[in-house]
Amino acid sequence: METTAMGHAEVHDHGHGPTGLKRWLTTTNHKDIGSMYLWFSFAMFIVGGIMALLIRAELFEPGLQFLDPERYNQIVTLHGLIMVFGAIMPAFVGFANWMIPMQIGASDMAFGRLNNWSFWLLIPASLLLVTSLFVPGGAAGVGWTLYPPLSIQMGMGMDLAIFSVHILGISSILGSINIITTILNLRAPGMTMMKMPMFAWTWLITAFLIIAVMPVFAGAVTMLLTDRHFGTSFFSAAGGGDPVLFQHVFWFFGHPEVYIVILPGFGIISQVISAFSRKPLFGYASMVYATASIAVLSFFVWGHHMFTSGMPVTGQLFYMYATMLIAIPTGVKVFNWIATMWRGTLTFETPMLFALGFIFLFTMGGFSGLVLAMTAVDVQMHNTYYVVAHFHYTMVAGALFSAFAAVYYWLPKWTGHMYNEKLGKVHFWLTMAFFNMTFFVQHFLGLAGMPRRIPDYALQFADFNRISSIGAFGLGISQLLFLYIVVSCIKGGPKAAAKPWDGAEGLEWDVPSPAPYHTWEIQPQVK
Amino acid sequence: MTKQARWAGMPRLAVAGLLALLSGATQAAYKLNFQQPATELAQEVYDLHVWMMWVCVSIFVVVFGVMFYSVIKHRKSLGGAPATFHENTRVEILWTAIPFVILMVLAWPVTKTLLSMRDSSNADITIKVTGYQWKWGYDYLKGEGAGIKFMSVLSTPQDQLDNKAPKNDNYLLEVDNHLIVPVGKKVRILTTSNDVIHGWYVPSLAVQQDAIPGFIRDTWFRADREGSFTGQCAQLCGKGHGYMPIVVDVVSAEKYAAWVAGQKQQMAAGAEDPNKVWPLADLMKHGEAVYAKNCVACHQASGKGIPSVFPALDGSKIATGAKLEHIKTVLNGRPGTAMAAFGQQLSDTDIAAVITFERNSWSNKTGDAIQPSEIKTERH
Repeated sequence: METTAMGHAEVHDHGHGPTGLKRWLTTTNHKDIGSMYLWFSFAMFIVGGIMALLIRAELFEPGLQFLDPERYNQIVTLHGLIMVFGAIMPAFVGFANWMIPMQIGASDMAFGRLNNWSFWLLIPASLLLVTSLFVPGGAAGVGWTLYPPLSIQMGMGMDLAIFSVHILGISSILGSINIITTILNLRAPGMTMMKMPMFAWTWLITAFLIIAVMPVFAGAVTMLLTDRHFGTSFFSAAGGGDPVLFQHVFWFFGHPEVYIVILPGFGIISQVISAFSRKPLFGYASMVYATASIAVLSFFVWGHHMFTSGMPVTGQLFYMYATMLIAIPTGVKVFNWIATMWRGTLTFETPMLFALGFIFLFTMGGFSGLVLAMTAVDVQMHNTYYVVAHFHYTMVAGALFSAFAAVYYWLPKWTGHMYNEKLGKVHFWLTMAFFNMTFFVQHFLGLAGMPRRIPDYALQFADFNRISSIGAFGLGISQLLFLYIVVSCIKGGPKAAAKPWDGAEGLEWDVPSPAPYHTWEIQPQVK
Repeated sequence: MTKQARWAGMPRLAVAGLLALLSGATQAAYKLNFQQPATELAQEVYDLHVWMMWVCVSIFVVVFGVMFYSVIKHRKSLGGAPATFHENTRVEILWTAIPFVILMVLAWPVTKTLLSMRDSSNADITIKVTGYQWKWGYDYLKGEGAGIKFMSVLSTPQDQLDNKAPKNDNYLLEVDNHLIVPVGKKVRILTTSNDVIHGWYVPSLAVQQDAIPGFIRDTWFRADREGSFTGQCAQLCGKGHGYMPIVVDVVSAEKYAAWVAGQKQQMAAGAEDPNKVWPLADLMKHGEAVYAKNCVACHQASGKGIPSVFPALDGSKIATGAKLEHIKTVLNGRPGTAMAAFGQQLSDTDIAAVITFERNSWSNKTGDAIQPSEIKTERH
């Protein structure tokens, strides 16, 4: 790959647009928008995290201490919605905005104004969600799955959640259209599909998933809305409908959704592992195919979320076998990552630590997922804390860890400074330790039969809940260190080279650090 | 355990000591696996899970053995240049095929267990379980005991929920009326719901089935030992979701027969005379008990409800206005809200009493004594 002579002349040229707040409101620059996405995501991560801590504070010991049961249900619901739609998804869109144009040699995203619009839609959407706590009746206390008929009973907080989901859906669909168009049309000459970095590949596949399922979710909540206000009976048996219909439609969206939040993470991990092993990614083509197979399979497994809803045994068997199949491409990915490390020259900077933590913990989440796939065993674990532990191993240790890896990996490129490596490592080890303290014990709670989404519990669950709550507060407080590291890296620090990681590959390392406001105005040539 | 004993135990087992230190009220055994199975199927599930855990642990150890070997041996500080290999089709095929075989081996016994789990035919006793916000109703439909029906409500005292009294060992896992079933008999459970989706979940029996309004689902169990087994509602069903436990007592055939006989006798004796005229004081007393069981979760003991979530009864239009509107609301509920239809749950006398109670408590002073006959005429 060739470094062009573009660069320094352009570093200072972003004085031609509006300044101050107006700059951010009107910007069409992928880096500006990427930064806004990332800060928004972090803010939502804090909001959702505070909610998680409220939950854990309430569950610290038996009895009700801080929240009454309705508030508890509302906080559980908002924690889920905010973390999935406010924190994780925007974080990956932020990375995509920043990195995909740089990685494929494009000067910006394909649709600048659309990009701006997709970001700014997030603000009203998240405001609707958060302010729903304060309307009469409070927020929806139904869980992020929004199952009727309970969601039909809710007050106006439910309507706000529905509109919020609509807006979030529009935002992510627009973002996906932009990403797909950018990747398919704006690649530099020579950047063939099978030369693209894994992050671009996984995002391309994710974007198709989003476009496929977000409208389905929007449809499901619209049906809820009309059942609530306009006299329809989609989900009411009394009017000829069926509450379980909602579950089918929801999970047809919901299962691909969990891959939407993890696939871009797979891409990040692939690049980080390869960079710090100083060895090309093992089995690049098989990684691409594995990602695509996971995406395709994700459309055929939704029934495993409904093993106790009542379905014919043949249906249960189908969903069980289909779900088990997902273990194969996922396993292929893990094996390829390990083969990438094999006989490499490994160093363990913070991004690498988070990547290794990701592989280790995500695999545990994969195994508990395999156990949950077994219908006969699942009946004992469905709706228990085992499930809570499982999906936090995939979403926190999966999506969040990969987001941390990405931030540390690309922070020098964004800011032009190196972050404090020592503190980064401390952040990793604290996060790792407290994460496991919080969530590992929840497996035992689930095995012992503690249902999820309860504000108070029987005495035999007390000890593990206490450990979990202590861990959660440690996990939460450790993230302030992350904020400190990032902010001080933005403010200063040792100058970062254009390619601060000697094993890193890709066009993004051919532009100077910090990356100038406009990059690749002249397309690079990839050989 | 005394404080001294707890501290004395510390050095022996660091982990147990830490747990003991962290545990306040309870010293219960630390469960690291499923609850003790009480049916053959539950035992199968238990064994399947243990077996799967070991398979997963073995794979985990092998895979991460390789990874940590690499982390230790292939680090840069040990010198050496990185290898450059980056693909091998044979290896890719191998690590696609081997997991596939392992998965087939795992799926086979699970499939067998699942098939027997779903075969609810030839049941000895059939019981319909109805989920209500937030209690369970049991109707014995077929087999010995057919005709028995009752409601089952959390019996943990409010003081314990409010942290005003020490919590007892069965905190949140105790109900007034237990579900009684005979040992060794196949019991088929039909689940349904009166309002929102609930989940009937008893871990020791390896039974979890959602209760869906307007539909009937089924599951079954055959307990192979006597005992009392607890479970909880598994599907989020509103504010009382954590407060609708399940207690199943598995008893011997003789005890079961005696229980059935007792129930039948009670039902015969308790058959109410709908035309009886009750004095206000008796209605108030009975009504207070009914209110405490059925209404207090939402409308609160104070009658003030929860602002903008559950309406107050104290001084409300319904509870101080026309009697008929009040009776209709209790009988038929308010569709689209959490207000359930109590017509199917409570007897004429219960409803008459609770309405009387509501119309004459707190600041409500209507002086109405609603009689069971008035309820009867409003039923349709």
